[in-house]
Amino acid sequence: MQLLPPTASAHAADMDWLFAALIGTSAFILLLVFGLMIGFCVRYRKGSKVERGNRLGRTWRVETAWTVATFIGFLGLYFWGADLYVGIHSPPKDATDIYVVGKQWMWKIEHPGGQREIDTLHVPVGKPVRLVLTSQDVIHDFAIPAFRVRQDAVPGRYEALWFTPTKVGEYRLFCAEFCGTWHARMGGSVVVMEPSDFQRWLDSQDPGPSLAQEGEALFRSYGCSGCHGTASTVHAPKLEGLFGRPVPLQDGRTVIADDRYIRDSILKPKSEIAAGYPPVMPSFAGQIGEDDLLKLVAYIKSLADKTAENSQTGQSAGQSQAGSSAGSAERPAQ
Amino acid sequence: MTTATVTGKPDEPVVATRNYLTEEGVTLRSWLLTKDHKRIAILYTLSITFFFFVGGAAATLIRLNLVTPAGIFTPDIYNRLFTLHGIVMVWFFLIPSIPNTMGNFLIPLMIGAKDLAFPRLNLLSWYLYVGAGFLALFAILIGGVDTGWTFYTPFSSLYSNGYVVLALAAVFAIGFSSILTGLNFIVTTHRMRAPGMTWYRLPVFVWSNYATSVIMVLATPVLAITLMLVAVERLLRVGIFDPALGGDPLLFQHLFWFYSHPAVYIMILPGFGVISEIVPCFARKPLFGYKFVVWSSITIAIIGFFVWAHHMFVAGISLYAGLVFSLLSYVIAVPSAIKVFNWTATLHKGWISFDAPMLYALGFIGLFTIGGLTGLFVANLAFDVHVTDTYFVVAHFHYIMVGGMVSAYFGGLHYWWPKVTGRLYPEWWARIAALLIFFGFNLTFFPQFILGYLGMERRYYSYPPEFQAWNIFSSAGASVLAVGYALPFFYLGWSLFRGKRAGSNPWAATGLEWQTSSPPPAHNFDKTPTVTRPPYQYRPEPEPQDV
Ligand code: HEM
Ligand SMILES: [Cu+2]
Repeated sequence: MQLLPPTASAHAADMDWLFAALIGTSAFILLLVFGLMIGFCVRYRKGSKVERGNRLGRTWRVETAWTVATFIGFLGLYFWGADLYVGIHSPPKDATDIYVVGKQWMWKIEHPGGQREIDTLHVPVGKPVRLVLTSQDVIHDFAIPAFRVRQDAVPGRYEALWFTPTKVGEYRLFCAEFCGTWHARMGGSVVVMEPSDFQRWLDSQDPGPSLAQEGEALFRSYGCSGCHGTASTVHAPKLEGLFGRPVPLQDGRTVIADDRYIRDSILKPKSEIAAGYPPVMPSFAGQIGEDDLLKLVAYIKSLADKTAENSQTGQSAGQSQAGSSAGSAERPAQ
Repeated sequence: MTTATVTGKPDEPVVATRNYLTEEGVTLRSWLLTKDHKRIAILYTLSITFFFFVGGAAATLIRLNLVTPAGIFTPDIYNRLFTLHGIVMVWFFLIPSIPNTMGNFLIPLMIGAKDLAFPRLNLLSWYLYVGAGFLALFAILIGGVDTGWTFYTPFSSLYSNGYVVLALAAVFAIGFSSILTGLNFIVTTHRMRAPGMTWYRLPVFVWSNYATSVIMVLATPVLAITLMLVAVERLLRVGIFDPALGGDPLLFQHLFWFYSHPAVYIMILPGFGVISEIVPCFARKPLFGYKFVVWSSITIAIIGFFVWAHHMFVAGISLYAGLVFSLLSYVIAVPSAIKVFNWTATLHKGWISFDAPMLYALGFIGLFTIGGLTGLFVANLAFDVHVTDTYFVVAHFHYIMVGGMVSAYFGGLHYWWPKVTGRLYPEWWARIAALLIFFGFNLTFFPQFILGYLGMERRYYSYPPEFQAWNIFSSAGASVLAVGYALPFFYLGWSLFRGKRAGSNPWAATGLEWQTSSPPPAHNFDKTPTVTRPPYQYRPEPEPQDV
């Protein structure tokens, strides 16, 4: 009979300590309350001949004391939990991005190098991984108990989740948000491998083009390049070097061009208009599926370390850039 | 105090023949058209008991299904079962249970009034309850609903293959019933108190129902609007919550929990009220820190409106929202803790007897403490990320709502049974039932904490085999619990015909409701009482019974 789930990420070990502290605090309060309750019930039962005179009349001192004590004790636990929570929301810069799309009833996973898998996630041990989650239909939730992390996959949004696996092995993966008939079967496993094994696994997959490369093709087929392309005459922002930079908006705000911004710019172009450009871009909502959106975002991301001038040198440069930004999944462009 | 009495057998207290059960006549019509708050309370008790058994039957089937990892039912049947269980238990049992049965019966008696402020509205609210109940049952009979009681969008609004709109209509209708009851209680408490019944002389039961009513009136309309929007999206395909139509799925969750978190306090505050009546009576001591207990109810009612997003820590709210809502959840835990300390302190230097109502009350304190403490776990950001949507949460809210609230309901039922029916129940059986419920409950729900930490997700009809052992414990506990809940049905039923006469005040309690005959006359008091003392003026030794 299992008592604790496997502990397979750095965060999982921290969380178990927090759990121990929560249990310790509750055990203390529980013993106090139960001890007093049972003690009083026995000592002051009807008919027992104990002294009952001199009852406490004014209560406010006692009340204030235990109110303040409880509150301070609780605050300690709050800060501890909050600190870990901030941690699991701050992925390291070098984390590998893996895209996950939930769909009734499977998890579609795409590695940056273009390798795809369903309901199984392969990751290398000791390397931070950031999952970018979304859903194609209803809300799902990607949960890995052994890593003590989970995150809803909400249609229409990107949510991220990151972890660093610390132990090689196979761990369960669940959908935790009720999503219809086969909700209970929408799961699989996370396979944590030695980096060399992982590399071999990646190579053994037949990936086809990388996400960014596919995104580039889509960029042309959806007609994005008509305005944003280097040869375009339309006054539209160039996308090279955009990702991760602050973008000044027409209404005076400034936002960071992250996954969300790119996605929203494609689907809701009127919501955040970049300063200095006319709001002429049409919305692609309803025309581009989640899979394709991910690829487009991956492509635009791959342009991050390029400058607009640089891109004048032609498409092939763009492609090799795309390949190298995929990190460990680096392969020569075809 | 009582007039117009006749004697029972020589060794039994006298009983009033002129009482609310007989005075208006005994025809079905006289019941269905009654405006007497006490009769309406009986109508509610009968219908709520019915729904409790419907919800309980679904729970039994759910636990049966989970005995094996593969499950017994098809997934669709299982999904409909837990939805049925949730909808019935939350809306047709937990929310109305104490206010509409005991609140209806007792609030006028406790404040020395003849009835509630709006008797016709009260009857209307019962009809709404029953109408909504049948609508929900109808939806189940023709096919059922598979959204879970939370109706999360866009699943409920576009993807579910159940009778969602009917179920929404049922919940919508019962919302009006809540609002009407809440209004009625608020006005009654303000306007109909007997001379001398100042606010600080009100029993805590009245205070907590007052706080509950405020939440009902303020929060329920938000639920009604939210559910209506789901129906609109489902029927007309207008984009409100579904992003594919330009909506926002998290908007639903914000609106839903803005009602439903305060609603969990609608479920538990009246229970606090019941326990605050029982503990002083059987400890023969004034309630420790009366004003603190009162104000902690009010505080909970207010802060309860500001913690809704703690149900959304992994749903995609911002980091800062998470930090703030977690902190507020810790703040609201403080007044809940105050109550536990106060009940415990009330026992100190008491003269404690362990009659059935007291056993239920002690059980309540124990289980509520565990439920409340695990509330600290789930309110903790990092911890919640690991356990939300698992059986840990299921165990947490069952400790509060079933261990706590249902124990309070049973405790109250036993405590006021002699007042309502004029009869006593067999004490021995009542104690056995209380103990069975306590042990069965812990055996059912404690393993679920472990299951949740291990990672067993909620709403799974089938699970990985390594979780089976704990599930078997849980199901075994559920059968003990089922026996515990069924027992009172038999011995209370028996007591209606064979129980000893109770007399007006069998517990030698101090509340106004004990100063009229049992069962009370239709107009409650022969002479409007005048109140001269604060509540709970108990002395160590019971005073001679007041006949
Ligand atoms: C006082 C009576 C209480 C009741 C009746 C109650 C009831 C509930 C219910 C029904 C849920 C489940 C929601 C779902 O379906 O997901 C829940 C979850 C939760 N409760 Fe309570 N609760 C109570 C007290 C508390 C307290 C005192 C705290 C905090 C200190 C708390 C914190 C939470 C949190 C954070 C969740 C969200 C858990 C999650 O979804 O991960 N609750 N509660
Ligand atoms: Cu799912």
